[in-house]
Amino acid sequence: MERMPKWADVILTPLISLALAFGISALVILAIGESPVEALKVMVQGALGSSYGWGFTLYYTTNFVFTGLAVMVAYHAGLFNIGGEGQAALGGLGVALVVLALPWPHWALALPAAAMGAALFGALWALVPAWLQARRGSHIVITTIMFNFIAAALLNYVLVNLLRPVGSMDPASARFPAAVHLPKLSDMALGLGIEWGRNTPANVTFFVAVAACVLVWLLIWHTRLGYEIRAFGKSEPAALYAGISPVRITVLAMLISGALAGLMAINNVMGEAERLMLNAVEGAGFIGIAVALMGRNHPLGVLLAALLFGFLYQGGGELALWTSIPRELIVVIQALVILFTGALDNMVRMPLERLFTALRRKGA
Amino acid sequence: MPAAGALHGAPAIELRGISKAFGPVQANKDIDLVVPRGTIHGIIGENGAGKSTLMSILYGFYRPDAGEILIGGKPIAIADSQAAIRAGIGMVFQHFKLVQNFTVLENVILGAEDGGLLRPSLSRARGALKRLASEYGLQVDPDALVEELSVGHQQRVEILKALYRQADILILDEPTGVLTPAEADHLFRILRGLRDEGKTIILITHKLREIMEITDNVSVMRRGEMVASVKTAETGPAQLAELMVGRKVLLRVEKPPARPGAPVLEVRGLRMVDADGVERLRGIDLEIRAGEILGIAGVAGNGQTQLLEVLGGFPEAGAKLQGEIRLNGKPLPLGGAGADGRARRQAGVGHVPEDRQAEGLIMDFTAWENVAFGYHHAPEFQNGMLMDNAAIRADAMGKIQHFDIRPPNPDLAARNFSGGNQQKIVVAREVERNPDLLLIGQPTRGVDIGAIEFIHKRIVALRDAGKAVLLVSVELDEIMALSDRIAVMFDGRIMGERLADEATTGDLGCLMAGVDPALTPPEAAIPPAAAPGTDAGGGAG
Repeated sequence: MERMPKWADVILTPLISLALAFGISALVILAIGESPVEALKVMVQGALGSSYGWGFTLYYTTNFVFTGLAVMVAYHAGLFNIGGEGQAALGGLGVALVVLALPWPHWALALPAAAMGAALFGALWALVPAWLQARRGSHIVITTIMFNFIAAALLNYVLVNLLRPVGSMDPASARFPAAVHLPKLSDMALGLGIEWGRNTPANVTFFVAVAACVLVWLLIWHTRLGYEIRAFGKSEPAALYAGISPVRITVLAMLISGALAGLMAINNVMGEAERLMLNAVEGAGFIGIAVALMGRNHPLGVLLAALLFGFLYQGGGELALWTSIPRELIVVIQALVILFTGALDNMVRMPLERLFTALRRKGA
Repeated sequence: MPAAGALHGAPAIELRGISKAFGPVQANKDIDLVVPRGTIHGIIGENGAGKSTLMSILYGFYRPDAGEILIGGKPIAIADSQAAIRAGIGMVFQHFKLVQNFTVLENVILGAEDGGLLRPSLSRARGALKRLASEYGLQVDPDALVEELSVGHQQRVEILKALYRQADILILDEPTGVLTPAEADHLFRILRGLRDEGKTIILITHKLREIMEITDNVSVMRRGEMVASVKTAETGPAQLAELMVGRKVLLRVEKPPARPGAPVLEVRGLRMVDADGVERLRGIDLEIRAGEILGIAGVAGNGQTQLLEVLGGFPEAGAKLQGEIRLNGKPLPLGGAGADGRARRQAGVGHVPEDRQAEGLIMDFTAWENVAFGYHHAPEFQNGMLMDNAAIRADAMGKIQHFDIRPPNPDLAARNFSGGNQQKIVVAREVERNPDLLLIGQPTRGVDIGAIEFIHKRIVALRDAGKAVLLVSVELDEIMALSDRIAVMFDGRIMGERLADEATTGDLGCLMAGVDPALTPPEAAIPPAAAPGTDAGGGAG
């Protein structure tokens, strides 16, 4: 017997959680003497009120889709991959190496190659924790967190000592040649004769992210590997009984997860910065955890949750720019959303379930 | 003794019109129950009949939606288990609630300590324990660690806990599931002793034999309702089974005589040492022929689980294996590459595992997804790179019909089926593949009588189709009813083998306790030096 209808589970619960998070955010804004209504107006206007705002919102959304999918795939295998941050950073290294290694004649050739580089580096960065978990039982949460720090240190070293162009004071790689610059969504719109989102970073990678959602959906629910990943994630003894190798599934799921996190780099490194810099990931790896949780570990949910966090990110930036609400408060709002939609999920779900059960009994 | 109730006036327990619903499910419907003081009262019913809910209400875990509870003639409200204990009710759960690394004494006072210091409580409890032990034959070493006690002794600790809290009414939930026949007999002696001292005992069980053996009165539940309350002396197993299920039931499995053919499974000198260095299998020799059911009897934990896992291709990680397994004359790898569940299935081994919820099913998967579980590599389930979910679903629909799985909804998650229907999903999946060898562990654990009958028929049908069946069960009745030959496992060895027609409960019980009656004649079994196995068996002391 289902406790409540599916629509209530996937739509109503997150919406109520979100409303609670915004409600408390409003109280906090009130407490520092600002107007929550004004703040919301600024956020909505700044993130969604213009094509300029949308251009940024979609750029952030693209980042969060990749890291959200990464967390989601690992989660289905019962693994909590907190290493998206490091895997995405290494993905950036992969992109930079591929793009700078050859004189690519056109972005359309460079993009698949760079994507492969990004995925490969991200996957390899996830491989070590996966192997340690599968073979030695080292907890993947601990190892992936530690690998985030190792990734940061490694990137620091590589940028300062290896990739920095001679004479540059900036710990960043050389600029990517113009031929590999990815088309921005604004350029593509202009090609169609539409003036949309000038000077915004949203680029063709957005479509790659949407395609990744479809592919992950196929993988998880329509392939044998996905079936085995889900089975292993739900019950390891059952997986053993069925002849599913825990080592194989742990390693494969983490490779895919790391590859997805790494793919984020084609958006931020190749699409936006057009060179590899320090701290390019900017916390997107961690936001991926909230995105996956809120998206109910389904690609469509991940896409929607990524959009929400894209809005929060962009709207938050606007808030800091145009009001005297400090930047830190934006982090508070984001944290409240994560807290309510992710960690406190049952707080909303349980009363809702009771409500629906009571309603059904009355109806019966 | 029903007469005892009349002497003491008000009944120990009286329930009037108890109802309890969980959402749309009416777990208890207008239940009336009268348990006279100083009697043993059996409550039987199929899984999901509402026995556990009713007892949980009595023990304060749930509040009834309607109805009244009277203890000793006085109506009371039982808000929580503390209130139940104050009212003199003690409960012995099926899964013991003991702290493994505490001593018996520490476990007994746990939750009933008085004052900030432990020592006075402990010494008071020591005295009380000594008194209880001599009064009721409940001897347990108060300073032994619980983890070192046999299951039978752990159960005594649970009973002592209840008595230490001055329980007048004891509720026991499926108490014999984990006991050898000898341990069960001893438990029954204790229960009779408690009754004769004036205690009231409620026994929840699904074993008709126990009801007939020990209870004074019996109440039958079906689908949340109390369908009958009768004096045990005035009823019989057939009538009780019919009351439980609501229709006539075959208690004996009807099977034609076996016609064994060529050997299908041959096991020679199989040894297994687990990752902790404990030898779990100590040289197993077995042979099962086509068209034959070999039953493995034994108290849980004597290597049966490991035997099934090794044969099924998934010994626990780090285990060392030795010996030989042949299927239809061809050797099967013991471990390493080529020895996993998938390879075994391809070789023709079907496996209904002992624990369907942890192993046999993915509880969150839908029924149709579970029907492909373990066979998801089968060519008919593939569609190019993708899985052919439509084909799997169609296959599941067929199995749901063949096995009368209810509700017939392939999209329902496995956890939303009853235990019996969950087991039917597993049995359907493994049996319909027509394996040469079927491994089947605890086929009817937690399964209602109607489904038991059905599953037993299917196992016999597979045998009659010329397949080999290895049946592992802790239910001796089931082993005796289904098997053609019976092997008894004790401490990782086969203690002995009997033809099912010639086996007796007493004989098998001795083997289960590690005593070979052929080697130890009855009059020689008494001397202490005779059989080290009796100590390890634990319960007979």
